[in-house]
Amino acid sequence: MSVLVYISTQAGKATNAGLEVASYASALQTGEVIALVAGDISGDGGLGAVGVSKVMHCADALTDNSQQSKLTKEAALSIGAKAVVFSGNSIGNSIAPRVAIAMNAGYVAGATGLPEGKTYTRNVFSGKATAHVQVTTETIVIAVTPNSFGIKNTGGSEAVVEAFSADVGEARVTLNGFTPTSSEGTVPLPEAIRVVSAGRGLKGPENWGIVEDLAKALGASTACSRPVGDMGWRPHHEHVGQTGITIRPDLYIACGISGAIQHLAGVNQSKVIVVINTDPEAPFFKAADYGIVGDVFEVLPKLTAAINAL
Amino acid sequence: MKLLVCISKAPDTTSRIAFTDGDKRFDESGVQFIVNPYDEWYALVRAIELVEQNGGSVTTITVGEASCDPIVRKALAIGATDAVRIDAIPTDSSQVARLIANYAKDQGYDIILGGKETIDNNSSAVPAMIAECLDLPYVALVTKLEMSGDEATLTAETTGGTNNLSVKGTFVMSATKGIAEQRIPNMRGIMSARTKQLQVVEASAVEISTQVDVFKLPPLKGDCVIVDADNPAELVRVLREEAKII
Ligand SMILES: Cc1cc2nc3c(=O)[nH]c(=O)nc-3n(C[C@H](O)[C@H](O)[C@H](O)COP(=O)(O)OP(=O)(O)OC[C@H]3O[C@@H](n4cnc5c(N)ncnc54)[C@H](O)[C@@H]3O)c2cc1C
Ligand SMILES: Nc1ncnc2c1ncn2[C@@H]1O[C@H](COP(=O)(O)O)[C@@H](O)[C@H]1O
Repeated sequence: MSVLVYISTQAGKATNAGLEVASYASALQTGEVIALVAGDISGDGGLGAVGVSKVMHCADALTDNSQQSKLTKEAALSIGAKAVVFSGNSIGNSIAPRVAIAMNAGYVAGATGLPEGKTYTRNVFSGKATAHVQVTTETIVIAVTPNSFGIKNTGGSEAVVEAFSADVGEARVTLNGFTPTSSEGTVPLPEAIRVVSAGRGLKGPENWGIVEDLAKALGASTACSRPVGDMGWRPHHEHVGQTGITIRPDLYIACGISGAIQHLAGVNQSKVIVVINTDPEAPFFKAADYGIVGDVFEVLPKLTAAINAL
Repeated sequence: MKLLVCISKAPDTTSRIAFTDGDKRFDESGVQFIVNPYDEWYALVRAIELVEQNGGSVTTITVGEASCDPIVRKALAIGATDAVRIDAIPTDSSQVARLIANYAKDQGYDIILGGKETIDNNSSAVPAMIAECLDLPYVALVTKLEMSGDEATLTAETTGGTNNLSVKGTFVMSATKGIAEQRIPNMRGIMSARTKQLQVVEASAVEISTQVDVFKLPPLKGDCVIVDADNPAELVRVLREEAKII
C-alpha cells in the first residue's frame, strides 16, 4: 500500500510545509511514500531525505484547485494510494476537501498527529478542545495542521522523479497576479516556529520598532491582536486569533496583549507562551508558561539585548 | 443575480466548552448561539451588498435542526431574502456539503458563498466540497469580490500572499475578513424577518464517512512562572535551559 503526498515547491525545493507532510506520510508507515509535485522541481526537491521514494512530477504549475484536485485523484488512483496527505495550509485546504469528495474518501481536516488505527486527533472549537475522529472509509484524505508534526529527516536516498500528467480540463479560475505578504525568505505566519506578537499596550504603530527588534533577535515572525489590525497599526494578515490566523509556534511572546478568549483561540496551541504585561491580573497570564509583569517599553529592549548577547 | 449563502450555527465566542454523552457530543446547555462569524460578517453581508447594487436575491442555506431557526432569522433580519434549512444533524463536512450541493444543483445560483471556517468545527472544507460535488470553480479565502456582468474579480489570501483572480459564470467561494463590514440588524429588518420565508426541506440520503469517538479538553497549563521585570536575562536563561526553546 502506498501513500500519496501533495507537495508545494518554491524555487524547485519542497516548501517547509511540504517537507513536514512528507515526514508525516513516512511516519504513517503504511507503505511507499510517493510525492506529487505540480510545478518547478530541481533534483528531488529535497524529498528523498524525508522518506519519499518517488516523485510524480507534473511540469504544469496548476493554479486552479479543480485541476489540482483532478491531478491528485488520478495520481492516487494510478498508484492505488489508500491515504492522500496535504498540508492544512491555505493551498492544501483549497484542494484536499475536493479530492476527498472526488475519491469518496473520508476527510480529516487539520490532523495534529499520527492516527491510532483509523482515529485521528484534530483541534476543534478554535483550539479549546480536540476531537478524536474515526474514519470509516477505506481511502482517507488528511490535511495536517502546519507545524504540528515537524520535519523529520529519515536520511533516505534521492527520490526517483517521473513525469506525470492527467487530463485535468481547462482552468476556470484565472490567476492575474500574486502579491507576497511576507518579504522574500520569511516564513508565512502559520508556519513560523517563533512569533513575537503585540497588542494595544504598544500605544501606537510608531512604537513597533521594539517588537521588530525582538523578533529579529529571535529570528521570529511578528503578529498582532485584532484591534491592532483593525486600527491599521499593523497589516491585517498579522492578526491572530479566532477571526484571524491560527498559529502554533514553539515560542509565542505576547507583548501588551490582554489575552481575551478570542485572541487565545488562535495562539493557545503554541508550545511555550511568554506574556509581558503591566497588569498582573491580565487574563493572558493564566494561559502562559512564563510571564513578566512589566512595561513593554522597558522590558523589550532589555530582553532583545539579552538575546543578542547569547 | 441569484446568490446562495451557507450559514451555520456556532457557539458564541465566549462560550464555555464542555461535552456530554460520554464526551461524544458538545454540551449545548446554557450556550448562546450565533451565526458563525465568517458566514455572517463576511459572506452574508457581501452577498446582500451585491444584490443591493445589482438586484436579485440572497437565499441562506443551513444544515441543522430546528434549533438553528433563531440564527437563520437573524440572517433574514440582516437582509437575506429568504432561507432554506435542510433538516438534518450536521455530522461531517462531506455530509453537509453533499446535502447543500444536492439542494443547490439545478437551482441556477450565480455564486454559492460560505465562510472561511466554522468556529466549532474548524474544517475549512464545506465550500470546497460543495464546489467539487457540483463540478464548479472554487476560490478560497476571498477578501474582495466585485462583479461586472457574469465576471467576478476577486482578491484571495493564499499561502505567503494574496492572489488576484477572475472567474466567469457560476462559482463557489469562502469569505474572510476584508470582504465586508459587519452589519447590525435594525428594527425594520427584525420585523420584516418574521414574515420572510424559512423553508424546511427534508435531507437527501447521503453517507457519513467520519465519526467522533470522543472530545477532549486540552490539559490545563501549569502555573505561569513569573520572571523579574528588571532581569529579562533570567527569562532568556529559562527559555534556554528549562523550556529548551531558544
Ligand atoms: C467575535 C469576536 C472575535 C474576535 N476575534 C479576535 C481575534 O481573532 N484576535 C484578537 O486578538 N481579538 C479578537 N477579538 C477581540 C478581543 O475580544 C479583544 O478585544 C482583543 O484581543 C484585545 O486586544 P489587545 O489585547 O491588544 O487590547 P486590550 O484588551 O486593550 O489589552 C491591552 C493590554 O496591554 C496591557 N498594557 C498596556 N500598556 C502596557 C505597557 N506599557 N506594557 C505592557 N502591557 C501594557 C494592558 O494591561 C492590557 O492587558 C474578538 C472579539 C469578538 C467579539
Ligand atoms: N451545517 C452547516 N450549514 C450550512 N453551512 C455550513 C454548515 N457547516 C459549514 N457550513 C459552511 O461552510 C463553511 C466552512 O465550514 P467548515 O468546513 O466546517 O469549517 C462555513 O463557514 C459555512 O459557510
